[in-house]
Amino acid sequence: MSRNLVADKGRRGVLSTKLPQRGAILVLVVLAALVPHMTSDAYYLSVAYQAEVLICLAIGLNIVVGYCGLLDLGFAAFFAIGAYTTGLLSVDRHWTILATIPPGVVLAVICAVIIGLPTLRLRSDYLAVVTLGFGLIIQSIANNLTLTGNATGIYGIPELTIGSMVIVSATSFYYVFLVVLVVFVFISFRVRNSRIGRAWLCIREDEDAAQAMGIKIHRYKLYAYMGGAVMGSVTGALYAPALTAISPPSFGFNESLLILMAVAIGGMGSVWGAILGGAVVAILPEAFRQFSQARLLIFGAILIIIMMTRPRGLFPEGAFRGTAKRLRERFNDRSPPRPLRPSPEAAVLDAPSEGP
Amino acid sequence: MQLFLSELANGLFVGAFFALVAVGYSMVYGILRLINFAHGDFFMVAAFVSYTILGAVAVGHAHLVWFTVIWVGLLVMFLTGLLAVLANRLIYHPMRRAALLSLMIAALGLSQVLENGVLNIPSWGSAFLTYPVTSPASGFTLGPTHFTWFQLIIVVVSGLLSLGVYLLVSRTLLGKAMRAVSEDRVAAALMGINVDLVIAVVFFIGGALAGAAAVMTGVYYGQINYLMGWTVGLEAFTAAVLGGIGNIGGAVLGGVVLGIAQSVGTGWFGAEWALVVTFVVLVLLLWLRPTGILGERVARRM
Amino acid sequence: MAALLETHDLCLRFGGVNALSDVSLSIEENSLHAIIGPNGAGKTSLFNCLTGYYKPTSGTVSFQGKDITRMSAAGVASLGIRRTFQNIRVFPKMTVLENVLAGAHLRASSNLLSIIVGTPGFRRSERQLHEYAVTSLEFVGLGEQATKFAGDLAYGMRKRMELARALIADPKLVLLDEPAAGVSSVEREELSRVIRRMHDNGVSVALIEHDVELVMGLATDVTVLDNGRIIASGPPYDVRNNPDVIRAYMGRSRK
Repeated sequence: MSRNLVADKGRRGVLSTKLPQRGAILVLVVLAALVPHMTSDAYYLSVAYQAEVLICLAIGLNIVVGYCGLLDLGFAAFFAIGAYTTGLLSVDRHWTILATIPPGVVLAVICAVIIGLPTLRLRSDYLAVVTLGFGLIIQSIANNLTLTGNATGIYGIPELTIGSMVIVSATSFYYVFLVVLVVFVFISFRVRNSRIGRAWLCIREDEDAAQAMGIKIHRYKLYAYMGGAVMGSVTGALYAPALTAISPPSFGFNESLLILMAVAIGGMGSVWGAILGGAVVAILPEAFRQFSQARLLIFGAILIIIMMTRPRGLFPEGAFRGTAKRLRERFNDRSPPRPLRPSPEAAVLDAPSEGP
Repeated sequence: MQLFLSELANGLFVGAFFALVAVGYSMVYGILRLINFAHGDFFMVAAFVSYTILGAVAVGHAHLVWFTVIWVGLLVMFLTGLLAVLANRLIYHPMRRAALLSLMIAALGLSQVLENGVLNIPSWGSAFLTYPVTSPASGFTLGPTHFTWFQLIIVVVSGLLSLGVYLLVSRTLLGKAMRAVSEDRVAAALMGINVDLVIAVVFFIGGALAGAAAVMTGVYYGQINYLMGWTVGLEAFTAAVLGGIGNIGGAVLGGVVLGIAQSVGTGWFGAEWALVVTFVVLVLLLWLRPTGILGERVARRM
Repeated sequence: MAALLETHDLCLRFGGVNALSDVSLSIEENSLHAIIGPNGAGKTSLFNCLTGYYKPTSGTVSFQGKDITRMSAAGVASLGIRRTFQNIRVFPKMTVLENVLAGAHLRASSNLLSIIVGTPGFRRSERQLHEYAVTSLEFVGLGEQATKFAGDLAYGMRKRMELARALIADPKLVLLDEPAAGVSSVEREELSRVIRRMHDNGVSVALIEHDVELVMGLATDVTVLDNGRIIASGPPYDVRNNPDVIRAYMGRSRK
């Protein structure tokens, strides 16, 4: 049997284990790095980094919802856990911000395991309601405990220091979150193209068939949920010093819904979709500022329409497949590669077959 | 003890509301595997619509009030059923081939639309509105606790409606069709069952029950608010899971149990922890008895 | 030859229905064992019991001497048993290549740190997996379809892809549920050839099939199920001429 596929495409083709779409990532990073130079208005810069925060959260949720297909309606809880842990430890105990990140992540992961272990054994629909409840519980706790500042929350969160740099301005937070974003994107791609990511997709597509591959579905679902917890809490931990004051209303169901909208509208299972969706959802409210009351009404309607017309979002995975190849061909002015010489059996097999 | 018994009794009545909404939730889930997040908002819209109708109609005429409430109630049940059918026709039905995840997100969108729609209608808005009809305080005493007649009516009406639905599903041909569609939609269609019609009927029944619950809630609590559907929806779904999803008797039982748990829980911890109680109950339950108290009724095809 | 997979008095009851009653069969190593019988005989239910999807009401299933009756589906798969499904279950929104790679789940590197960092060890492991995947795809003649989404493939190709997905795991035993159902006669011949080639390569095969001719040509052993019971078992020729088998297929005579 010939090895045409391998020989023709060479190592770079089918067998490539390099990070896909590296070029696109580079372009994105360069463009993004230029943004603060385009404006010095603090308002726009703050919108910009808030957008990045939402994108980071969306990338995290994309792992849970997009890759693994678990409907998580309480993702803001992990965001809250990260932010509040940082807030409490830095204000009450005078920890440096960076030092507060690991405890926040650990706490978030523990919660993920506590919630996930019983629920993920069951049908995934139940997870939706349980995660919703979890989000509410965390918000309730933050709102009702004096430890977490009740309704006023925690204020006076110190600035973030990385080595000798002190991060205070909107611009510098923009860069910090840009770095976080890129790291999240990188991790997402890497994990996606490994046995872990493939297992998640299998679970999403067909749990029973996934088990036939030897995939321990409950364990992997928990991994996905934990992965989301890590990304959510890290983002929260860095968000606290950015705002210097955090309070319960920022971590409720509406926020969870916005993050979900970013993933659902942008494209489920696609990191690019999460980025685009996050950008859109973050910027849209600003654009609709004058309709503040009717904003959510419009969002709800948009969500419905997009779900009806593009159930997997605007740019789900595979939407950009072939784009790189087409661009390359356009620029190199090469004709598309000739079809591979089929093996003799294949000729027989590809005769038109009737079947249901 | 006195307090506990009255909390228990209160829980029973609250539970009656949960039960009605839970039955609708449970039926739709049973037949479509869809958690219709907008279901609680059907309940809320019904409350507001009944508020407006009663406000326009029950002006003065004190001695005719109960009669009015009944026919308005029936009207609202019908209208809410229609709303549910409409939601299905316009949104869920066209999406029937899409992934469940997308359907649930669309349901979330609908929930937002309904809530914020109500929020933006000038005569409604975000405030707590006083319901035009309130329940009279007259009642009777049974042992150490005092019950009002209206509380009795709530239990009786909820019970009758739930019983009616149960009989419909278990004894009639339509009910058999529902169970068939719930188990295997394709096979049901091949047997000549009009699947779309059956689904529409299920939505209608769920909506109607929610409408009944809404009117009774309005009268009992005297207040309505645009966010009431959201919390009730959550609690109703918890109740449905508690009793065994897809199972009507289970939804009723779950509603009552949850109502009592909440009533007692808020007695101990305070009202702001009500939802937390709900979810702790849910998580514990899922841990210990995932199929619910009375067991699930959803088929799993291999 | 040693018995690879055995069942002993397997019973499966659903409510009032006896899907399987006292099923005791033995799949020998290196055999090509066909399980035939009229519709509703319980063949797929048997497979589901063998592969951990259904837990039998009573009786045992053992693989290489080890009791696997209560084992989970993933556990059974990890023992080197693979299966295909009657209504082909591919992962539609994954590419063909990824579908097959998924089949190699248990052979892939799972160290999170080396995955994120992208160590040479991880890259090597992935490259090797890709090669195995390509080999499997070419074995079933799907070499060119690697980058297509599995959901976009024609029916016959999806069936072959399911096979490739099972093969990449280097399984000891493959259970095929109606591999030739719904395909053209040309496809059927080719599938038959692929299955025989698999068998020649040392993979034990058990298959459910309706096409008696296909079975007679391929199988080394045949077991016949009817109404959840075994009514005949043995070499193909003996089974074919068994009067009980003929009656089961032709229907009950009016007495």
